[in-house]
Amino acid sequence: MDSITEGFIRALFLIWSRDRELLDIIFLSLKVSGTALLIATAAGLLTGALVGFKRFPGKDFILGLLNTFMGLPPVVVGLFLYLLLSRSGPLGFMGLLYTPSAMVTAQSILAFPIVASLCHSAIVSVDPIIGQASRTLGATPFQITLTVINEARYGIMSGITAAFGRVMAEVGAILIVGGNIAGYTRVMTTTIALETDKGNFELALALGMILLTISLIINMALYLIQKKGMVAR
Amino acid sequence: MSRRAFNLRLTVFNICKNYNREPVLGDCSFSFDKSGTYVLMGPNGSGKSTFLRICALLEEPDEGEIIYFSGADALKKDIELRRRTTLLLPRVGVFNATVFKNVAYGLRLRGIKGTEIEERVDEALEFVGLIHKRNQNARLLSSGETQRLGIARSMVIEPEIFFLDEPTASVDQKNTGIIEDIILKMKERGKSIVVITTHDIAQANRLADWLLLLKDGKVIPSQRCAEAN
Repeated sequence: MDSITEGFIRALFLIWSRDRELLDIIFLSLKVSGTALLIATAAGLLTGALVGFKRFPGKDFILGLLNTFMGLPPVVVGLFLYLLLSRSGPLGFMGLLYTPSAMVTAQSILAFPIVASLCHSAIVSVDPIIGQASRTLGATPFQITLTVINEARYGIMSGITAAFGRVMAEVGAILIVGGNIAGYTRVMTTTIALETDKGNFELALALGMILLTISLIINMALYLIQKKGMVAR
Repeated sequence: MSRRAFNLRLTVFNICKNYNREPVLGDCSFSFDKSGTYVLMGPNGSGKSTFLRICALLEEPDEGEIIYFSGADALKKDIELRRRTTLLLPRVGVFNATVFKNVAYGLRLRGIKGTEIEERVDEALEFVGLIHKRNQNARLLSSGETQRLGIARSMVIEPEIFFLDEPTASVDQKNTGIIEDIILKMKERGKSIVVITTHDIAQANRLADWLLLLKDGKVIPSQRCAEAN
């Protein structure tokens, strides 16, 4: 109990003193997860919209895949990516293993099905009368698509926020493909895992508190977005 | 002030439409060639909405032709033509945005910007009595107000032919009166062709310059219309 209390006090001191190592780790975490989220959002929104608006053979299969991959185990993604990027793997020539780019790739793969699937759900939930009304007002097919996506914006934002929560909390995949190299690929979650193993709780606890705070902010944002979108539905 | 020539005319020529092999419209022809208010009557399920949707180019007829004329020229059925007409659906389809943004939608589609949008939207909202709700989320409007919003959203784009499908079907008596007054005011402006469907005979008589009946899949000018012709 004493070690936990002591750990907390020293963790608070680390945060208060804006420790350089701590700040670097937080910054890299946000950079990796933020970039991964941008990539996943671009690809996921496009996929969600395509599956939502178009009819084509195999659509149900793709939807099933997206829903299944929402729960992809991160270590499995990490393992496959490792095999692809390792020196003897098919993409080994790119030299990406143990770099932040490999971590971004892993997190993009994890976030993509969440964004795509939730964007699809948000788009197909829009009342079909919206598309018809915009058509009667003179919208082109492209403008109708944009209008429907705009109507689905709160659901889409919820999907993006959920994906951000997932990648920020993820440890398995980035540990495997990032290697947890100090000052280069070490992020919050991998540091917590490593420092806990070493019995060095203060940095782990400090990062844990910051991670929880970020998670709280994300969930509050999610709640506020959903509340706003509930207007007179 | 109007920004249009208002010379669009519509001829429906021998159209047929079936749903599940059941004929809804058969050999149906009519010409909307004079500005004024045409009221199309008929019982539920007689094909009034289908007729309007075909006229507004939202649906294709199985057979026959819809021809829009500007003067003597038959027009191509493209986006430019569709933007000269509009159809107010029985369910308006309100966007999750303010009343102002809902009404401004059609103008933004047409690339209109800035103060012109403000002026035209405010004028339309004034016309339908919703200016005081300008900045409110449109989904919080009552059903009668929603219908008035739909009229403002359509009339702000100054359609040369304005189709209204059962505009008072789902609103209370007070709002029915307000909507009828709005349609009568539009009539006073007298430039566009307004086509309304209803199954309320009294309402049809109050609003119509030309009364039409949809019977056995055909549009027939009723006595009053025949007299006027």
